[in-house]
Amino acid sequence: MAEEDLFRSDHPVSASEDEEDGNEERRHRQLLEAVSSLAGRKRRKLAERTEASVQVSEFNLSCEGAGEKLVLPELLGSIRASSSLGIVKKQLNRVKQKKSVELPLSKEESERVVREAAYNKTSKAVAKWEQVVLQNRRAEQLVFPLKQEQMGAAPIEEVLTGWKARTPLEQEIFSLLHKTQQPVTDPLLTPLEEASLRAMSLEEAQLRRAELQKARALQSYYEAKARREKKIKSKKYHRVLQKGRSRKALKEFEVLRKLDPEAALTKLEEMERSRIEERMSLKHQNKGKWARSRAIMAKYDLEARKAMQEQLARNKELTQKVPVEPEGEEEGDMGGEGLLPDSINEVQPSTDGANPWMLGKPSSEAKDSGTQEDTKEPRESAAPEDSGNEGEEVSEEEILLQDFEQRRCTRQQAGSLEPESAGEAEEAHTFVELLSNVQMGPGVEQPARGPEGPLLSEQLGRRRTLEEIDALGQEEGAEEQEQPWPTRTLQESEEDGNAGGGCTARKAPKQKMINLQAVLAGESHAIQCPAQPVSVQDEEEEAADQRLVIKEAFAGDDVIADFLREKHKVEQAGKPQAVDLVLPGWGEWGGTGLRPSARKRKRFLIKPVPGPPRRDQHLPHVIISQQRNVLAAAHQVNEVPFPFDRHQQFERSIRAPLGPTWNTQRAFQKLTAPRILTQPGHIIQPISAEDASPQSTMPTRGGSAALPPTPQRSRHHQPHPKKAR
Amino acid sequence: RRGGGGRMRVKVLSRNPDDYIRETKQDLQRVPRNYDPALHPFEVPREYMRALNATKLERVFAKPFLASLDGHRDGVNCMAKHPQSLSTVLSGACDGEVKIWNLTKRECIRTLQAHEGFVRGICARFCGTSFFTVGDDKTVKHWKMDGPGYGGEEEPLHTILGKTVYTGIDHHWKEAVFATCGHQVDIWDEQRTSPICSLTWGVDSISSVKFNPIETYLLGSCASDRNIVLYDMRQSTPLKKVILDMRTNTLCWNPMEAFIFTSANEDHNLYTFDMRFLESPVMVHIDHVSAVLDVDYSPTGKEFVSASFDKSIRIFPVDKGHSREVYHTKRMQHVITVKWTSDNKYILCGSDEMNIRLWKANASEKLGVLVPRERAALNYNQKLKEKFQHHPQIKRIARHRHLPKAIYSQAKELRIMREARRRKELNRRKHSKPGSSPFVSEKKKHIVAVVK
Repeated sequence: MAEEDLFRSDHPVSASEDEEDGNEERRHRQLLEAVSSLAGRKRRKLAERTEASVQVSEFNLSCEGAGEKLVLPELLGSIRASSSLGIVKKQLNRVKQKKSVELPLSKEESERVVREAAYNKTSKAVAKWEQVVLQNRRAEQLVFPLKQEQMGAAPIEEVLTGWKARTPLEQEIFSLLHKTQQPVTDPLLTPLEEASLRAMSLEEAQLRRAELQKARALQSYYEAKARREKKIKSKKYHRVLQKGRSRKALKEFEVLRKLDPEAALTKLEEMERSRIEERMSLKHQNKGKWARSRAIMAKYDLEARKAMQEQLARNKELTQKVPVEPEGEEEGDMGGEGLLPDSINEVQPSTDGANPWMLGKPSSEAKDSGTQEDTKEPRESAAPEDSGNEGEEVSEEEILLQDFEQRRCTRQQAGSLEPESAGEAEEAHTFVELLSNVQMGPGVEQPARGPEGPLLSEQLGRRRTLEEIDALGQEEGAEEQEQPWPTRTLQESEEDGNAGGGCTARKAPKQKMINLQAVLAGESHAIQCPAQPVSVQDEEEEAADQRLVIKEAFAGDDVIADFLREKHKVEQAGKPQAVDLVLPGWGEWGGTGLRPSARKRKRFLIKPVPGPPRRDQHLPHVIISQQRNVLAAAHQVNEVPFPFDRHQQFERSIRAPLGPTWNTQRAFQKLTAPRILTQPGHIIQPISAEDASPQSTMPTRGGSAALPPTPQRSRHHQPHPKKAR
Repeated sequence: RRGGGGRMRVKVLSRNPDDYIRETKQDLQRVPRNYDPALHPFEVPREYMRALNATKLERVFAKPFLASLDGHRDGVNCMAKHPQSLSTVLSGACDGEVKIWNLTKRECIRTLQAHEGFVRGICARFCGTSFFTVGDDKTVKHWKMDGPGYGGEEEPLHTILGKTVYTGIDHHWKEAVFATCGHQVDIWDEQRTSPICSLTWGVDSISSVKFNPIETYLLGSCASDRNIVLYDMRQSTPLKKVILDMRTNTLCWNPMEAFIFTSANEDHNLYTFDMRFLESPVMVHIDHVSAVLDVDYSPTGKEFVSASFDKSIRIFPVDKGHSREVYHTKRMQHVITVKWTSDNKYILCGSDEMNIRLWKANASEKLGVLVPRERAALNYNQKLKEKFQHHPQIKRIARHRHLPKAIYSQAKELRIMREARRRKELNRRKHSKPGSSPFVSEKKKHIVAVVK
């Protein structure tokens, strides 16, 4: 209450009092007016104030919008354009456009703004290192110090750059050098040398070399072929060859006659001349060795006789004097074998390519058609081939090359297949698996990565010697062995699950001493499922029916027997095998049909040591896999380690050997290159902008800037691999 | 070739002499090898055995301690590397004495009484001709690296008398500028007796200031009100401040990664930050069992070494949360300062009991020149160890370290505490409304705030 009173006393002005005040004021003013009017001088009429107001100006101006802002245009509107206040109006207009200045920020806030701006700017500036940093983090190898100094003497070009010709002699030499375009300041190669380098690039050279090689190979093939053909002793073959040639010559002659009669004439003369020579040679006089032998054989052998007759006919034909005839008849006579120009006798390797005799055609064919149609037969056979000859000539090289290509391909394939198909590969694989296998449950591909553990296992004991460290390794192995089955294996639990409902599974360990057969022979009891409480009798009956139905359905399948068989199989597979070291013929006689004696067999058959009892020995309905090697498990990795996603990746990484036993020297060096290389006694400076820029990362040599590094050139410059040590 | 009848051709064996003649007598004889995998079976088991042996040998040969440099008459408080000479190192002690050491001879080559009270900070000029010290007597002193001539007196080149105690000093990497810290961060020109600019943000004593070696205008400092502040020298303004759970003792910039720095904290951890994203550290390095007092990066920027109050030093890979190595000796007390030499080979640590110790950075490394074959074998062993590092036997041997009992039990206790805390948090989460107690990662847990 007291507070309220106080409050009131603080604000004594009530509405009624306010009114009273106003009345008093008016009265006072009226009084003043009256007094002033008494003075006699007529005062100007003042505006009558009608409303009450707190603010009263001394000029008695009425303040209608007392609290409102004065708006400039209202003031300016009254000023006329012509009046002298025009300038003022303009100035006021200008003022109107400017806005009022905001309050300055507090010191803290302004500093904060500055800081933020500076931070953003610096972060941006620093971010330019991002790429370099990432690159260095990912780098296969980093060589420190980053700024590699050029060792050894500076190249002469660099020394020369600062040097200038001063004496007249020097200048003269310089001018001479310039004339020949000899580079003076930063030379590696003269333009001429460069041009010559450019003239033959590596690829061009390789192409040319390949061409030359091919040509040489083809030539050698032809030579070999010619040599082979020359060695052929078959007269028949040579005869046929000759005939073919003569036929070809005739054909050519025909063509020539049509195109160039004069040349044909000279050729004709030549042919005539050759015929005369043939006649002179007494070749077909039946006086040769062959002819004489034929003569002897002719009595008994029909074929020999035929051959003789043929020879005689030929002789007659040749020795016949040819009357000079008109040219049109020439054709008929020209069938003779001997009528050949000299040019035909020269080696014509190109025609030999498609020689049917060389292709190994059966000779019996020729024999059959033999004597009578001797002249006709080759003509027929040769005719189609002649047409195909040219095409084959062209394609022969290609065929040859294809052949080579094929052969090379097959060789390569064989090479690549061999190591894969080798039996040892599998063997090695098993060994690999022993170490590289990751022990994992099926389907567990990606382990959840827990928080990073400590890198060190810190202990109180100090291990100094190799033995102690060895013991360190064994400790863990011992631990592992002590509790080889720390948890129920996956398979175990699975089997448990399979063994039909929860109840029977519980029962299983208790029953293990009971004879299996007895158990299995007995009738199976109804199994009550505890998961669903059975309260209604009908349901149970229904379930029994269901069981009956199932029993009927699976009447044929003897699941239990199958299981027993499977278990037996597993047991047999798990048993160690006997090793037979019997060598037949060792210490006794050997041979087909002889077996080593029973004594030897008995002696060299090494019986296996019976392994430890199976863990499922007394568990009739369980197969416990004993694949897991406890001894090996101590050395195996339990989960996929960090950088790998799948265990296959990890296994692959383990399988690839690093050592010089399996890799070439270069590969070994590359595989074992350390990630960070430092040079002893060199100070490593912090990275700088020059180190980070890509130009300086490559080792630059003097004058390399003068030559644009094309890929071809760079290949030229590759250093020769140093002799491996 | 053309079938010249009479000539007989004789085929001769022709070999390239390059295949069997050595270039010099020192070269090894070439032995042709057959790389057929069938001839070299069991590659994985063989390599595994080699890796196992290499790991064991590594542990056998792990003898990192090289030398102890004694001569100080009080605890070693600060050290500095000579920027140009690998064999020279400077150290300042708690009695105001500065010593310059020759590491190859392992002896002190110069001693000077620099300050009254502690030598709080020491740093060498980038050219290596002089060095600066700050001390408890509120002075900054500039000394020549070479001692005075015979009979001459040890006198500083300049002495700057300040108003307050300076607690640390660092020199710019390229310019004649240095920075001190104390009540504020001052940046000085070498030629002037008053700072070019003073950078402040709040009022608290700053314990350490470090120039960024790459972006040389950047500075980082840590103050005793638990924060790390970054500054830009060009704009003479602080940039950002991150407040941690506990006080940061010192920080060190990565010499290969411009925006990465690592801070040594009182809460036994080290935090590696990316200066662009201060909201959470890139990595928390946990292993020490007491306050971390100093940290120094290896010049390759891949690892750093930390000195701790728990009388041990540890080497951490930058990208790992735990240390790869721990060094301690019976006589080494609280390690106050640590340095990694600029050839990436050695570590120096100065401790309370007046000694500076020289360690190998790689505990089992063989010192001296290596024959190429030796080096190849070492590289091979190293790669083998890397390849089989996940195999349990090898891992176990490689990880084994001896610890003094104090650290061991302390670490165990801490582990239990951490586990208890984790369990409690887990339980709390389990029994509270889902989402009401969110999971906070280890990285974010220690950051209190980032102030712009």
